[in-house]
Amino acid sequence: MAQQIPMVDYLVLDGDPHLVAHECANCGALFFDRRNACAHCSGIKFVPRDLKTTGVVRSFSIIYQAAPGVPVPYVSSLVDIDGGGAVKANILNIDPDPATVALGMKVKMTTFVSGTDDEGTEAVAFAFEPSN
Amino acid sequence: MAENIWVLGAAMTKITRYPDQDVIDLAATASIEALADAGVTMADMQVMGMGNMFQAMAGLGQSVQQQIGQTGIPVYNVVNACATGATAVRTVHLSILAGEADMGIAVGCEQMGKMGLLGPGGQSKAEKHVYAPTGRYGSVMGAEGILGTTLMPGVFAQAGQEYAYENGGVGFEQFAKVAEKNHAHSVLNPLAQYQKKFSLEEIMNARMVAYPNTLPMCCPTGDGAAAVVLVSESKLKTLSLEQQRRAVKISASVLTSDPWVERGQVQPDVNTLTRNAAKIAYEKAGIGPKDLDLVELHDCFATAELLHYDNLGLCEPGGAGAFIDSGAPWRDSPGVTVNASGGLLSKGHPIGMTGVAGVFEITTQLRGEAGDRQIEGATVGMAHVIGLGSSCGIHILEKSAA
Repeated sequence: MAQQIPMVDYLVLDGDPHLVAHECANCGALFFDRRNACAHCSGIKFVPRDLKTTGVVRSFSIIYQAAPGVPVPYVSSLVDIDGGGAVKANILNIDPDPATVALGMKVKMTTFVSGTDDEGTEAVAFAFEPSN
Repeated sequence: MAENIWVLGAAMTKITRYPDQDVIDLAATASIEALADAGVTMADMQVMGMGNMFQAMAGLGQSVQQQIGQTGIPVYNVVNACATGATAVRTVHLSILAGEADMGIAVGCEQMGKMGLLGPGGQSKAEKHVYAPTGRYGSVMGAEGILGTTLMPGVFAQAGQEYAYENGGVGFEQFAKVAEKNHAHSVLNPLAQYQKKFSLEEIMNARMVAYPNTLPMCCPTGDGAAAVVLVSESKLKTLSLEQQRRAVKISASVLTSDPWVERGQVQPDVNTLTRNAAKIAYEKAGIGPKDLDLVELHDCFATAELLHYDNLGLCEPGGAGAFIDSGAPWRDSPGVTVNASGGLLSKGHPIGMTGVAGVFEITTQLRGEAGDRQIEGATVGMAHVIGLGSSCGIHILEKSAA
């Protein structure tokens, strides 16, 4: 099996793949990026927090005109993660049609290979798919 | 209490594509026309605010002065995404408010040509490509299209869909009705980039860009410039009666940034900063939404306009869908008219120009000089813009006696 690397550092691939956020130790605000301080309370101490892998589609768009090289149509979404946190990701394994994709639908996280570099290392990204 | 500040002159170029001019030509044209409209010259200006996004590194305000009057006055070259023009107006407003100037000019200009979709571009091609985590997300590759979208049509589609999720009565058709209205309004505005009416059916059946936004529900890229001359009330009283008669009072000039919200890191929040700016603006002006005769609001996409009906208090909370369904924001309906100019959807949206163009439109309407698109009897208007990042500018203008 090819060597794999997460496409972003907030995706954990070991064991059951999941997202990990920086949680502000003071106010509990969650962030995915490298932080200088908390945008909510200006606190400077953070602890890692594992997020759940299920959630609800809070918003979506079906993209028909995209950046060069991006296959269309695809479904971009904003997912409210069960138990806290929100993330932007594609919805896979669904017909990209407004009659099929629904606001409020339940989804679960999945992973897929998003690219391979010149040394054969695979980048692994995350997405969501319908729960049932 | 600080003294009032007034718009003394205003001008804008038609928005279109100007392949034979540069952005300095456009800004100079708008500036010269605004000064002439105000009945003053560059020699009377004590400050300049210059708004431009894509050529902002060039010292554009100075370049324009080098063409139209190099008097040595300070220039504030400003950038704030789509709120850039409003920021230029705000900068001149602040200078006069601080007592450092009694007259100044704010300019907004942009030359975009056919830029296409705005947002982070594709991935660069390295000689040998080996994945290595970089940046604040430790990314090994560009995320556009893989982890959702950050391009504008999708971002604003999702902003609209989020409103639909939280409130009933909003769907594809309500969003499309926004575009139907604004394109219909644009037919009356000779300064608009596009003056073409579309039926609701044509809009809904047009090529889909990012559901629920079809092509006529997305603003075009284009070129243009606008300028306004601002004056302190005490200075205005020394000018001619004709200048005083045509001057329009700035009852509020407000700029806000987006406060932290839970999902703001993954889906830009265009609502809270607009609500905050509106609250401050209404308080400063001593008016409420019901007092507004017209609003120019930031309809970069049809989905965006719908949100701002609610954010600006033009409709009942959660009632933006019912508001557009009722026809209330159309020009021939009683109450407030929204985007009488045709809005960004058809008037056009040269980024740095837009915030100044909104103030031009309200000024022109309140003076009763808007020609075929005049809203009869308009006395109070608002110009609203929002730039992702995010920044919101609101100006409330009133027809009043100096």
